[in-house]
Amino acid sequence: MSVESVVFVIAGSICIVGALGTVLFRNPVHNALSLVATLFGVAVIFIAQDAHLLAAIQVIVYAGAIVVLFLFVIMLLGVDRTEKLGIDPLGGQRPLAVVAAVALLGLSLTVLLAVGSTVTGQEAATGDPGEGAENIAKLGEVLFTEYVLAFEVTAVLLTIAVVGAVMFSRQRKADLIDEEEFPGLEALLAETEDETEDDTEAESEGVEAT
Amino acid sequence: MNGGVDAAYLVLGAVLFAIGAAGLLVRRNLLVMFMCVELMLNAVNVTFVAFASALGDIGGQVAVFFVLVVAASEVVVGLALIVAIMRRKPGATADDISLMKG
Repeated sequence: MSVESVVFVIAGSICIVGALGTVLFRNPVHNALSLVATLFGVAVIFIAQDAHLLAAIQVIVYAGAIVVLFLFVIMLLGVDRTEKLGIDPLGGQRPLAVVAAVALLGLSLTVLLAVGSTVTGQEAATGDPGEGAENIAKLGEVLFTEYVLAFEVTAVLLTIAVVGAVMFSRQRKADLIDEEEFPGLEALLAETEDETEDDTEAESEGVEAT
Repeated sequence: MNGGVDAAYLVLGAVLFAIGAAGLLVRRNLLVMFMCVELMLNAVNVTFVAFASALGDIGGQVAVFFVLVVAASEVVVGLALIVAIMRRKPGATADDISLMKG
């Protein structure tokens, strides 16, 4: 066995075991930690494929930021309760889900292996990935020339995501006021809120009447 | 590149994708369903990188870069939504959020 095969077998089995753990563990914290194992395995596979920059990003962004965000939310919500996997509210959903997943696996394997690496037989249009530090330079070059529009759009996307996250997760105004420090402010806010609520009630009544 | 090794990467990607899809369909905890979506995105990334190195095209790696960005923003918005839902209905599962059902 070549070194590449050994690395692939080890990283691949870590990936698959982690993926199974993500699906099968009952405690969300264990799920998140299994996900970290899978993400590290994927990072090793990226390195084996000479995608060094992506491997670094994978560890920093995915394992470092996204999973930590997951853990934060798990702790924030106090979801230390485990899911009862024995209850199946939709009858026959589990077996059907497994059948669907196996069908999906068969489908993707058929397509991927039938097509293989000779899609058109054409050589790369955007250039060779390169090796080592060369890979990072090439990726940056392509990103800022050929894909610069997409790059700019991702900046907009990230801004929208941050604004959306703040909008969804903010508390109502009244909850944020410290009553001891600002006595009376809450009552004042409640008055103005009553007025707006009256308005919406009137509107909804109007809708019902029509 | 070595054709055999390449096929193994594709198989690994497909298996990870199927496991993620099964988890998404089976689990009812919103957070775990979300993790399964991340799993599926990573499976696609493995396939992208495998093709990038097999065809000698850096476009595949650029695609992975953009998938990572989209996944990050998706997680941010999705977790904010989950926090908002959980604040309203503690311990909610996917079955409890059927208000938008037709």
